[in-house]
Amino acid sequence: MIQQKLREKAKELLAKKEVDLVIGFSDWTLPLRTTPVFIRTPEGAERLVWNSFCENNLAAYLHKFSRLKVGLVVKGCDARSVIALNLEKRFPNHPPLLIGVVCQRLVDRKKVKKAVKGEILHAVEQGDLLLVKGENFEVSLKRDDFLYSSCRSCIHRTPHQAHILIGDPVEEVSLVEAHPDVDEFERKSSEERWKFFEKETSRCLRCYACREACPMCYCGECFVDNSRPKWIEKSLSPSDLAFYHIVRAYHQTGRCSGCGACERACPMDIRLTYLTQKLNQEVKDLYGFETGIQPEAAPPLSTFDPEDHQEFIK
Amino acid sequence: MKLKLDKKDVENFLKGLIEGYDLYAPAQLTEGVSVFKKIDRPEEVNLTQPVTQKPAKEAFFPQSEVMFRYEEAGNRGQVISAEQTKRDRILLGARPCDIEAISIIEKVFTGEDYTDVYFLEKRKKTTIIGLGCNHPLSTCFCSSTGGGPFHRAGSDLFFTDLGEAYFVELLTEKGTAFRENKFFKEADPKDLALLKELEDKAFQKVDGSVPVEGIEKRLDLMIESPFWDSIHEKCIGCGVCTFLCPTCHCFDMTDEAVNLKGQRVRNWDSCLFPIYSLETSGHNPRPTGRERTRQRLMHKFNYFPKNFGRVACVGCGRCILYCPVQFDIREALLYASARRAKGLKGKSR
Repeated sequence: MIQQKLREKAKELLAKKEVDLVIGFSDWTLPLRTTPVFIRTPEGAERLVWNSFCENNLAAYLHKFSRLKVGLVVKGCDARSVIALNLEKRFPNHPPLLIGVVCQRLVDRKKVKKAVKGEILHAVEQGDLLLVKGENFEVSLKRDDFLYSSCRSCIHRTPHQAHILIGDPVEEVSLVEAHPDVDEFERKSSEERWKFFEKETSRCLRCYACREACPMCYCGECFVDNSRPKWIEKSLSPSDLAFYHIVRAYHQTGRCSGCGACERACPMDIRLTYLTQKLNQEVKDLYGFETGIQPEAAPPLSTFDPEDHQEFIK
Repeated sequence: MKLKLDKKDVENFLKGLIEGYDLYAPAQLTEGVSVFKKIDRPEEVNLTQPVTQKPAKEAFFPQSEVMFRYEEAGNRGQVISAEQTKRDRILLGARPCDIEAISIIEKVFTGEDYTDVYFLEKRKKTTIIGLGCNHPLSTCFCSSTGGGPFHRAGSDLFFTDLGEAYFVELLTEKGTAFRENKFFKEADPKDLALLKELEDKAFQKVDGSVPVEGIEKRLDLMIESPFWDSIHEKCIGCGVCTFLCPTCHCFDMTDEAVNLKGQRVRNWDSCLFPIYSLETSGHNPRPTGRERTRQRLMHKFNYFPKNFGRVACVGCGRCILYCPVQFDIREALLYASARRAKGLKGKSR
């Protein structure tokens, strides 16, 4: 139903030449996944799909296609990234046209894989269930037990500021009281926190998939790539890994929509969102600001107000 | 002679290897994430993951390696050699694709024009114990690239998991040196029959239809093809596919120095990073994802076969499995071979 409507809308936009390009999701070769797809003709809209495996934040592609008028398929979190990018005046000439889809929360493919023995060859959603098949097994799982933690704690499933909205707006509630990963992290002592952080980052390859998957990481030259001056070494020493991960997270402060695309992109299953979500929480507590909710509110870390909290200055 | 190693003896067998050698084998860093690392305790070894995240090339070509150190000595500089590879090594549990890849990298590091001592020292001192793939994944296509789930070339010994035991084959001189290992027993004819059965079953599972043959010639005509304009679109330009690739071998050298002391380190590099081809002048001959994606595929399927006589892909499927946006190299090969990619779409394979 949603998928059909999505295809119709995309087809219409392309036929009327309101956009040059629609970026959305399509089925591809792996189960529990979709792939980003770039559609330029009305007929091509048939390739679009919508399901709980649409895990990428497609706003990351806007930088690459900033010369085109793009129709972008967005979930609630992705729309927030676009609003944050607009606040940073990223696309003054061609602001993207948002095709918002009310999100049903996404399925964590890594969690599903851990729940079965053997390779998953086929997976489909059926109502609240997830039917998963392999060579020697076939199970149905409760979809809600396999959601990404960023999705479980999400309250903004309806895309804000969407030009076209597909699906009925939903109530702004989360499935859990606090972000499960942040909660778990906060319960630790500071020594335990450092140990956890070090253990996670020790698996880092510095492939920068987390950076590239993120719409907010668009610096012309990332500090890790800058050699004049050289901010950081290129090897895998714990201090360099810590440096990269801390700076990456801090650079997201007040800018991160909490979509979790960074964590999903990591081939080494490094947990990342506990840091960025914690920073989001701090910004909310200190400045009453949530990324990508108020399209006019200035980002707190880019502005100064005499009323800002200043307790940290001793 | 056909041998086997009972599973109950594996722990002691590994203990023996750890005492006598530097042992490299797959170990889990966290649930579902395995890499090849130096093993200190037998229980670290995990031979169950069909495809580890990082490939076995790390045992010879680590992601980060100190080449030499330097420091001030009097009013001059002094160069200090990096640690040598002293002990003999064992690489255990590498799959046929990874072992094939090591022989591919070897062509580069031990070529006519130059010899890489860092790689060669480790290679010479290493005995490779391959492990057959009873359960290849749907993303595996080693049979399409000249290998197979039980391809034994490059292994000195070859293990196959029979359930209660490993079937053991001694294949080379280095391998035969293990004939007297006290944990190896003579195998029964029924073990041999089981091996054959597993081998046949695995072979049928692996996709042998990915069009690799003749790809070099087709790509010769494609350097300016519009194919590259579309194929790169979804690539986000991270280094997952190249870092996890068992045949990718590009590196970058940097000096890490503080005051008058430092070290020269080489680190894996990726042709998909913009700074990979950035020149000192500021000019970048591969300015966009189009040129960089083209380089990745051309190197594997055109330049490498031209230089070394075979494609630099072993069909391990890591780049497909771990790509954040599902760039599927099989799709690229299908397109390049002018066959329609439709056959792939929507199928779980």
